[in-house]
Amino acid sequence: MSINVRDLNESEFFYGHKACAGCGGSLAVRIALKVLGERSVAVLPAGCMSAVGFNFPQLCFANNAIISTFAGTASMLTGIEAGLRAKGVSDFHAVGFAGDGGTADIGLQALSGAIDRNDNIIYICYDNEAYMNTGIQKSSLTPFGARTTTTPAGKNIRGNVKDKKNMFEIVAAHGIPYAATASIGYMNDFMNKVDKASRIHGTKYIHVMAPCPTGWGHEPCETVEIAKEAVDCGLWYLAEYEDSEYILNRNVKDFTDISQYLRKQSRFRHLRDEDIEYITKSRDAKWNEIRTKYKTV
Amino acid sequence: MKPYLRDHTPVLLSEIPDAPSYEAGFLVSKNAGWRSTRPVIDTEKCTGCLMCYLHCPEGVIYKAGGKVAVDYDFCKGCGICVRICRAGAIETEAER
Repeated sequence: MSINVRDLNESEFFYGHKACAGCGGSLAVRIALKVLGERSVAVLPAGCMSAVGFNFPQLCFANNAIISTFAGTASMLTGIEAGLRAKGVSDFHAVGFAGDGGTADIGLQALSGAIDRNDNIIYICYDNEAYMNTGIQKSSLTPFGARTTTTPAGKNIRGNVKDKKNMFEIVAAHGIPYAATASIGYMNDFMNKVDKASRIHGTKYIHVMAPCPTGWGHEPCETVEIAKEAVDCGLWYLAEYEDSEYILNRNVKDFTDISQYLRKQSRFRHLRDEDIEYITKSRDAKWNEIRTKYKTV
Repeated sequence: MKPYLRDHTPVLLSEIPDAPSYEAGFLVSKNAGWRSTRPVIDTEKCTGCLMCYLHCPEGVIYKAGGKVAVDYDFCKGCGICVRICRAGAIETEAER
């Protein structure tokens, strides 16, 4: 049973928010909440989605939603789940929406603890590859070569010198019941992963790639296309981790041109050919690893 | 059901609850002023595939009689719907 756009909940649970035009993160939150329904309690740490969703008195969530501390998304989810369970409520989802910084840097400890306790929560990380709402600072999920305000592109150092951390495999290494990567460029895949997560007991983690026109430097209308292109050129991949097994959902046979993807974004505009060569090499190395370690369908 | 625009914005302290919580889906301001161009749907060409509805970050595109319509109060004019439409049924029009 897969869900598609026709049987998606018609209610809007994230509406009238103040995100930039063409925001990928708000699209991920909107669709995830439509899949999960109104009986979901959303937790939002400091980050874009809490900054744009709660501008008092403008409150843009139609379901229960609360802002947590930056580091405490997962621990607040734990508390909400335990509290509602203690009150005898059972038909709800405790869902968190944290950015890449709130997940891979600041919220990692709380998330790791929640997975260790196997609390019955859904944790969704919308990855826009930097701290966007504070003015585009590097996070540990910023890819190699990207220009941010803390990794500027100059004569000697051209943007971020570190590679993107593999948050999906870090989470999977906990032995979590369900983890997945997704992209807003492949919406059906994302919707079905959220739906699948809502039916599994225990901690669920979904890492969704969500381009940011402001931080990435592309046109607002290109958000969905760029997200799709990231998957097609092999710099992002769609996979799942379930029953101690990695599954690759989309085995890309012929990658599209990496430089075409990079050149569309002003954060990569300074890159030289040797940098693109390095990015291509790391992609190929990663895919060799994926093809041996992951089960392909 | 979706959050809707209220006709009154709370201004007095007495209108704001004491508890650190507030009514969900409480909208007091539009986003229409953010827009320099607006998407216009050609209902003749629209096939009702709902791809624009699915990919709108604002959720302002809604189903209407087998086709779609736009809530211009909250559309920011990003143009994702124009790009995603395979039938070419959405045109961009400049705001005056």
